[in-house]
Amino acid sequence: MSISDRVINIIAEQAVLEPSDVTPDSTLEDLGIDSLGLVESIFAIEEEFDITVPFNANEPTASDFDISNVAAIIAGIEKLVSEKV
Amino acid sequence: MKRVVITGAGTINSLGHSVPDTLEAMREGRCGISELEFRDVDRLSIKIGGQVRGFEAEGRFNRQQMTLYDRFTQFTLTAAKEAIDQSGIVFSGDLAARSGVVLGTAGGGVSTWDDNYRSVYEDGKNRVHPFVVPKLMNNAAASHVSMEHNLKGPSFTVSTACASSNHAMAQAFQLVRSGAAPAMVTGGAESMLCFGGVKAWEGLRVMSKDACRPFSANRNGMVQGEGAGIFVFEEYEHARARGADILCEVVGFAMSSDAADIVMPSKQGASRAMAGALADARLNASDVCYINAHGTGTAANDKTECAAVAGVFGPHADDLMISSTKSMHGHLIGGTGAVELLACIMALRDGVIAPTIGYEEPDPECALDVVPNEARDAKVDVALSNAFAFGGLNAVLALKRI
Repeated sequence: MSISDRVINIIAEQAVLEPSDVTPDSTLEDLGIDSLGLVESIFAIEEEFDITVPFNANEPTASDFDISNVAAIIAGIEKLVSEKV
Repeated sequence: MKRVVITGAGTINSLGHSVPDTLEAMREGRCGISELEFRDVDRLSIKIGGQVRGFEAEGRFNRQQMTLYDRFTQFTLTAAKEAIDQSGIVFSGDLAARSGVVLGTAGGGVSTWDDNYRSVYEDGKNRVHPFVVPKLMNNAAASHVSMEHNLKGPSFTVSTACASSNHAMAQAFQLVRSGAAPAMVTGGAESMLCFGGVKAWEGLRVMSKDACRPFSANRNGMVQGEGAGIFVFEEYEHARARGADILCEVVGFAMSSDAADIVMPSKQGASRAMAGALADARLNASDVCYINAHGTGTAANDKTECAAVAGVFGPHADDLMISSTKSMHGHLIGGTGAVELLACIMALRDGVIAPTIGYEEPDPECALDVVPNEARDAKVDVALSNAFAFGGLNAVLALKRI
């Protein structure tokens, strides 16, 4: 499964939606994921890919990890995964 | 001052998953203590406890709730639902704004600490779930009850080891009696039956390997239990106006501190708490028919408690009944007073005294009527519930038939 599909599965599970309902341009707000849900999603992504996502819930916009929509999150994860090896 | 009555009761413990099941077990003198079942139990020297069996949290709570509810919170919410349903009280508007939750727990989310320490120390993981803190905090259960039942008034958690729930219920009583709150949800919960929880207790060497036998000469220690007891305390006129079924009245309480030793109990501290509760309730010692003892089954507690009762009640000590239901459900630590309050309610309402089971040999240092092994029918107008904690913090409640 691609990184994109794996991230979408995690986000869909958090949002209690089908993966097909999670589109690249969906925002977390569109999907009904609140701040606690976001933190939980990031935890699940870190576990899935064995990476550390630079995200501070106090300053969601301060890090260079973009969470503005699903496509941005996937791109960020792909970058972190590629840097891992 | 307002009168305070109990209009709802709920519980889950090793004797039953509801109040009727628990009271039936107490009437029959059943023992809920058995072989513990959890990971690494083979590395413990203490392998028995009053463990809750057949409780399926999955299905009862959704996935999101499961990530936030430690076992002690699960027990609390289960018991709170039973209590509030029985009471029939609906918290809305001004009633909701002024009513709150005061609960007792000694350890809070012990199994959440245990699981996550295991994960980072033993398994070497460097990441824990984001909700570890809100799951393990001692006030988690009180907060979730407030959210679930729309209680927006004074809410907090009290932690005084084995007296936690008695101290909590005393605070709820004061809030209702003073008129600050029309109703309060109160009681306590504990869930320490996991490897780390029991291992910590083993260190003290006060645990029995075979049974809890309070007041019996051959007693050899305490046995831990788990679960919750939750009640609705309500202002009397408020309860009457809505036609609530009143279980009993809470008429007084007292707290005292031994200011002496961190683990050894004190006769004086216990005596002052019992005498104080009688004075607060404007009762004479001779009015008391039944005492639900702290009765842990340790050498130290039982003889100190009996000496304190003999001191406070004088010749009447030989006429009253005193039993320890810890022999059946184990010691629920911070939740124990709440589950034991059920025995007081059964005495007052049903006229049945829960027995001290496991009683085998009389002890001259505990020469009181401990209602050995079999429940007894008796008309009881006034009952006391004792809790004497490590740290020398004591809390005694006085209840009356209505």
